[in-house]
Amino acid sequence: MAELITLTVNGVAVRVLEGTTVAAAVAIAGQPFTRRSATGEPRAPLCGMGICFECRVRIDGRADARSCQTLCRPGMEVRTDA
Amino acid sequence: MHKQSLACDVLVIGGGPAGIAAACCAAESAQRAILLDDNPALGGQIWRGKANSQATRWIDRARQAGVQIVGGAQVFAVSAREDRRTVLAQTETPEGLCTVQCERAILATGARERFLPFPGWTLRGVTGAGGLQALVKGGWPIAGKRVVVAGSGPLLPAVAAFLKTHGADVQLVAEQAPWSRLVNFGMGLALRPAVAMQALMLLPQLVGVPYHAGCHVTAAHGARGALTAVTVRQGERTWQVDCDYLACGFNLVPNLELPVLLGCAVQDGFAAVNEWQESSQPGVYCAGELTGIGGLERSLIEGQIAGYAAAGESGRQRARALFARRRDLHTYATRLNHAFALGDALKTLASADTIVCRCEDARRAQLDEIAPGSWRAAKLHTRCGMGACQGRVCGPSLSFLYGWPIEATVSARPPLFPVRLETLAATGQQEPNQHETTGEKR
Repeated sequence: MAELITLTVNGVAVRVLEGTTVAAAVAIAGQPFTRRSATGEPRAPLCGMGICFECRVRIDGRADARSCQTLCRPGMEVRTDA
Repeated sequence: MHKQSLACDVLVIGGGPAGIAAACCAAESAQRAILLDDNPALGGQIWRGKANSQATRWIDRARQAGVQIVGGAQVFAVSAREDRRTVLAQTETPEGLCTVQCERAILATGARERFLPFPGWTLRGVTGAGGLQALVKGGWPIAGKRVVVAGSGPLLPAVAAFLKTHGADVQLVAEQAPWSRLVNFGMGLALRPAVAMQALMLLPQLVGVPYHAGCHVTAAHGARGALTAVTVRQGERTWQVDCDYLACGFNLVPNLELPVLLGCAVQDGFAAVNEWQESSQPGVYCAGELTGIGGLERSLIEGQIAGYAAAGESGRQRARALFARRRDLHTYATRLNHAFALGDALKTLASADTIVCRCEDARRAQLDEIAPGSWRAAKLHTRCGMGACQGRVCGPSLSFLYGWPIEATVSARPPLFPVRLETLAATGQQEPNQHETTGEKR
């Protein structure tokens, strides 16, 4: 049985199963979008495999991290840009 | 800044089936082998996040053979050394820079989905077909959501069945290829019972999802940036389907960045290789979907051939024993790709104001102004392909829309992925002669 871990998305705590990606945690936290496009459109993950960069968010202060390729860790601070 | 320098005989880049098989066979042929993969766990897209027994067997075999596995390593540069006899790969891992010098390299970077632009495709909820599957494997909540699966390829029924078993309410599968071609393909397979393709095509029906051939999505509709419905066309008939997700991908395209960067020849959109899976660059091998789209078995066989062949004379006998099997699988792949070839109707889906480059928000009308144009002209005039994804999404779609060779749309310039400044800075401080060696040469 995978363990539950707690992280924050835009300052709100969310609990997810170990092995969950940050992209999924953002969705579970009820945040529909990950970033804003060059012309200000809100965007969400497209490819799910680290190619398209639509899922990028800020993780522990580091900008432009691909959330679909990053696993959640306890205490992680995730910020969307949308 | 943490730095790691490794050296080996055979470096395998890409930890999907082809790469794992290649690393196993190289290591079992007395080569010091390193396997690099950008994902947190080995397995590639097909074995992602699932302890499938076949996957476990191969990964265990790699460990037992003494393959050094470096996960979470994003290769951002690769170059042939001046002596032309060694290849240097630079990667960024969560810990920092990791460089690997090798005598021979096997590239097994796999494929990605081809996306095609249509009105509304930038809405939240429109994803790749394999893309949504990957997201769900990563814990994305899908239970109770209404999903339309669309696009083209044998992946679609598999994705529909997968989503259904994860609690999604799959409305339909829309396959753009006409029934006539699928039926021909299926009949060809009747002679090849080993390929479970027909069973795969039946999967959606088995779980109660309608499978429509000769059918495609013409537009996605949404509210507040999120998908609410799609318009579907089949022949002269169009109708609307309410849904939360549209999982839509149009076959696969190879990830050619590394081979192109190393100067490997590309033919008909894939890395060109000889019977040993060796590219036009001596000592650089390519295996799996880089050389053609053909599924798991084909990737495993090609990976094994490349791994044995890269070991030199000692391995070539064992490589040769696999040639007949590879020939069979190539025949199957050719039929498959013919069956799912994309129809011209898909070229007219994007309207003038449809975004074609999601990184730079370049629109169809801007591309049409320079049509037939070229990838270079597109970049200069519209900034298409200049954003974070470096054309990985819009390159293959524009290649289809405007008939440009796909290799012409590959941006093969380091860094291949955005990397941290401190990682780039660390590349300048490399001590070229100080390499830790790994494993024992047997």
